[in-house]
Amino acid sequence: MKNRNNLKFMAGPYMVWAIGFILIPLFIMFYFGLTDKNGMTSLANVLSIATPEHSKALSLSISLAVAATVICLLLGYPLAAILAHMKNSSGVIIFVFILPMWMNFLLRTLAWQTLLEKTGVINTALSALHLPTINIINTSHAIVLGMVYNFLPFMVLPLYNSLTKIDENVINAAADLGANAFQTFFKIILPLTVPGIMSGITMVFVPSLTTFVISKLLGGSKILLIGNVIEEQFTQAANWHLGSGLSIILMVFIVINMLITAIFDRDREGSLL
Amino acid sequence: MSKKLIELNNISKSYGSHIVLDEFDLYIKENEFVTLLGPSGCGKTTTLRIIGGFETPDTGNVLFDGTDITNMPPNKRQLNTVFQKYALFTHMNIEDNIAFGLKIKGKSDKYIRDKIEYALRLVNLEGFGKRMPDSLSGGQQQRVAIARAIVNEPKVLLLDEPLGALDLKLRQDMQYELIRLKEELGITFVYVTHDQEEALTMSDTIVVMNQGYIQQIGTPEDIYNEPENAFVADFIGDSNIIDGIMLQDELVMFLGAKFACVDTGFGTNKPVDVVIRPEDVILTPPERGVINGVVTHLIFKGVHYEMEVKAGGYEWLVHSTTMFPVGAEVGIQVDPFNIQIMNKPASEDEEAVPLEE
Repeated sequence: MKNRNNLKFMAGPYMVWAIGFILIPLFIMFYFGLTDKNGMTSLANVLSIATPEHSKALSLSISLAVAATVICLLLGYPLAAILAHMKNSSGVIIFVFILPMWMNFLLRTLAWQTLLEKTGVINTALSALHLPTINIINTSHAIVLGMVYNFLPFMVLPLYNSLTKIDENVINAAADLGANAFQTFFKIILPLTVPGIMSGITMVFVPSLTTFVISKLLGGSKILLIGNVIEEQFTQAANWHLGSGLSIILMVFIVINMLITAIFDRDREGSLL
Repeated sequence: MSKKLIELNNISKSYGSHIVLDEFDLYIKENEFVTLLGPSGCGKTTTLRIIGGFETPDTGNVLFDGTDITNMPPNKRQLNTVFQKYALFTHMNIEDNIAFGLKIKGKSDKYIRDKIEYALRLVNLEGFGKRMPDSLSGGQQQRVAIARAIVNEPKVLLLDEPLGALDLKLRQDMQYELIRLKEELGITFVYVTHDQEEALTMSDTIVVMNQGYIQQIGTPEDIYNEPENAFVADFIGDSNIIDGIMLQDELVMFLGAKFACVDTGFGTNKPVDVVIRPEDVILTPPERGVINGVVTHLIFKGVHYEMEVKAGGYEWLVHSTTMFPVGAEVGIQVDPFNIQIMNKPASEDEEAVPLEE
């Protein structure tokens, strides 16, 4: 079709964008990651993940990301279910929950730092009430808290979408056929929301796994996640080769996660990506 | 006379200020095919949902086989529903959909397998067991929904506009299927529809509803031939509804002419509604008509011609196998037993409302 060919140039800017800011950087990353300082092909950067320091950072990143994802799922599912059940006021309520998403991510995390500090807002209030103070700043707990706070909306939205998509009569049909509320949830509602669950997991797990800002602001300098290690290689050690090599490792984990998601979400109905 | 299986006593239901059902009474006999028929918003689906347990009435009670089930949750009731748009479980294959109720009840694998096979055969879907609902046509999904309900051997099957989403040919086929199923299973069907043809074809009893009130209960023949008020006459098939005056027993005057009829007991000089079905209007040469008019429209409908005749200041709708061309002068006659006389509606609620179809 001639017309269609004529319109193809409309995609031009996006092609330029994709090549300039996605494909070329990806290529550069692979180039640096798979070469050494002399430009020789080398797997040393990638394999350095096996060193105790790096593997510890990676395993800590994975466990914190898993913890944040599980907490988001446990908090987000009931919340999404409540939101999905509200018919009229849901617009306002969803707005309230989504509102923090519009504020800058750095600001929100910095606010938590102020709240959690040893002499921060929460502890000042607690000691004024003669209650024991909490000292979780610069611990893994604070990092997970930051992850949950920042990424919870990304869990709630796909769950909300997949819950509202369930026809009310499908749930009525389950009751009609004798299922109690418990059976209806596990046999009908939960399986039908698997796409939303998988999408939510990806949306929380991937940014949690790769974050370095949350760990830097709420974890102090003591706790190094893989994101922090990579960041250091670029900003302080100026070792782009090692930083790129570790990034490749991180990418492998993300790709695995997305493949698993794709298997569960064949129709891409829960997808927000 | 078979016994009453379901009784609705004095049921009222409103959503906010909108009254859906108002002091509604109805009983359904065992082994009956009852159709709740009416325009959208008449309360028919709400009535069905109250029987199914998906709505609780504000007042009144529901008796099932003599037991009060008003507040019993749907999963405890001995009836099953076929929902509008089927409501199949899209993450399960056809077999698992059909087996759902039986598995919940903890039936044995062998029993469930036999039942699935029986149900699939009953709805002509043998070999479809492993397919997913999405891969089936609307008519096939509908039959799965019916199979899923009937394997549980309910005493009553509730059907909420089950054929609404199907095309005309398929709908007619499914109507015969449903009648056959009803005969084979010997269970009570409560069927909700706004389609009067569907109701006339399938039902033992039709309950015509409007604005939360029952307008008439009767056999399809009663409802069609002897509508009790102008709403029923208008809703069930096409009608000519004309203002008239009952001069005396067996004589009615309308459009300035006197017609012999068979109705008695209305008194003298009483204003009434006169209903005449379009197929009961007899067109004659002008000199033999009780009143005369001119054909204004003519459409060929296959089985008959549909004509509009302007006579006595009224646009008569006429169905006839004899054709009169537009502009022809015709006379109109009606056999006395085809003139249906009705009292004028006593309240606003019974007023015939124009239907948007």
